[in-house]
Amino acid sequence: MAAQLFAFIPHANSRIDDTAPELAAAAERLFPGVPVTALVTGAAEGLEAAAAEATRFFPEVWKFAHADLAYPNAEILRPLLARVLPRGAVVLFTHNTLAMDLAPGLAVKLDAAYLPDVVAFEGLEGTQLRAVRQEFNGQVSTHVACDLAGGAVVTLRSGCFPAAGELSAAGRVVDRSGDVQGIAARRRFLEVVAAEVGDVDITKEEVLVSVGRGIGDKENLPVAEELAEALGAVVSCSRPVVDAKWLDKSRQVGTSGKTVKPKVYLALGISGSFQHLGGIKGNPFIVAVNKNPKAPIFQVAQVGVVADLLEFAPVLTEAVRKAR
Amino acid sequence: MNILVCVKRVPDTAENEIEVRPDGTDIRREDLVYSVNEWDNYAVEEAIQIAERTGGSVTVATVGDADAEEVVRREMAMGAQQGLMLTDAAFEGSDGRGIAEILKAAVARGAYDLVLCGAQADDGAGQVGGMLAALLDWPYASLVNHIEVLEGKKLRIGREIEGGNQERSEIDLPCVLSIQTGINEPRYVGIRGIRKVASVEIPVLGAADLGLDPSRVGRAACRVRKLDYFVPPAGAGAEILQGSPEEIAARLVDLLKAKGGLK
Repeated sequence: MAAQLFAFIPHANSRIDDTAPELAAAAERLFPGVPVTALVTGAAEGLEAAAAEATRFFPEVWKFAHADLAYPNAEILRPLLARVLPRGAVVLFTHNTLAMDLAPGLAVKLDAAYLPDVVAFEGLEGTQLRAVRQEFNGQVSTHVACDLAGGAVVTLRSGCFPAAGELSAAGRVVDRSGDVQGIAARRRFLEVVAAEVGDVDITKEEVLVSVGRGIGDKENLPVAEELAEALGAVVSCSRPVVDAKWLDKSRQVGTSGKTVKPKVYLALGISGSFQHLGGIKGNPFIVAVNKNPKAPIFQVAQVGVVADLLEFAPVLTEAVRKAR
Repeated sequence: MNILVCVKRVPDTAENEIEVRPDGTDIRREDLVYSVNEWDNYAVEEAIQIAERTGGSVTVATVGDADAEEVVRREMAMGAQQGLMLTDAAFEGSDGRGIAEILKAAVARGAYDLVLCGAQADDGAGQVGGMLAALLDWPYASLVNHIEVLEGKKLRIGREIEGGNQERSEIDLPCVLSIQTGINEPRYVGIRGIRKVASVEIPVLGAADLGLDPSRVGRAACRVRKLDYFVPPAGAGAEILQGSPEEIAARLVDLLKAKGGLK
């Protein structure tokens, strides 16, 4: 099948997102040789720079400039995209918090299929796209078939498609700003409030003792704190620990928390969802302690211990103290 | 404010290891412990707190079979006044769009100012809230971690965005919001609370009651179909240390020393 292909390009601070070349690569994998049109929205200089950079990866870049798009408000972007995209189009997004806001409703407005958070494409048979998704926080994967006949909105997990190289000849920018007129937003952007700075900066630590849901209760935190103290490390955590208000948000590692780059990362009772792993950079030495031998964390850790952290961590603390 | 909260009964990942059946058609469901989807539980708590502040009532709805009634009842025990079961053989196998169509029909039968969903559930798609809003042509916000009710049929909301930052905006009512975990501390539900609502009548509505065209829902309407479940072939993975806890700890100390984890 031939389809019109589009890629929505996230950008910030005058730079396109690292995932933009991944979108180009994914599109090429889906429909080899079919040109992809990049969609870049925003205002002023930041937009101009991002649109220009996008031409390095996409043969055509549609630029939408409007003061109301200075911050990407899904309630303006959705009607805009529904207005400019042709019926039957296949539109790729990076699976980020903007796409989660914008894309499901866009699929409805385009009367297209919606395929979220794809980690791989496995081929096209007729109009049926075979793709891989994950469920239960990455514990199991699924093959899904998505019918592209009526178009589709597809969001791609970042880091799952190798980035495309630059085009031999830069693409061209088409100014579509005239299409933005007359969209009344029923949600009005006010401000972005930066995450709180905590008592310690886990992004600067070389050794982290990180706890997850397996810690079980706030009362058990000293088990991790004592190990951290023995190691000269700091305690960080995964999201459930913050949701339960056991530790401060500033201690959270993950895409919705901090990005850390330690030398050594001890993951205690952390299952290892991709959102959590997305916050660990710089290839640290990862030690995982988890009761569940099938926990995804064991796939990325160098060393694993299948044990209840509440039983094992005190033994390790003692061994560390003796080694001092 | 009258609030509808959409909830789903899901396998509780804190209580279960999720395993794939040998034939790959499904996960092993025989011995699974089910509960209300964690995100939905925060949504119900938020709805109850808003209704306590502003008046009005909270209705908890689910699309599911008779087994799903237990989660509706549990959320009613938290303080939701009404429950609603959306049950029909024609609904089985619906994709996200199908579920949104069913919920849209349920919203249209009521007089709701606000609809809350969890930001995502067991399949991690995070799609139903946004689709429901689009079908209703109501404004939408996802990943909401703060809600303030303002004068003049508006809310001030916060969305959790990358890096733990919060995006603040104003949104007109009626609207649909998908709720992120951590927005509140969901109240505990005891046996006594469950008993209190054990005999409350929960209406059950099917496709005909909702005036739904059955061709828009169910397996036949799916544009996205799940073909199978599988566990991806494991990479090298971790070296699993064996031995007594003391032996493992001694080996780990050596490794940590070598890798700069013990200074």
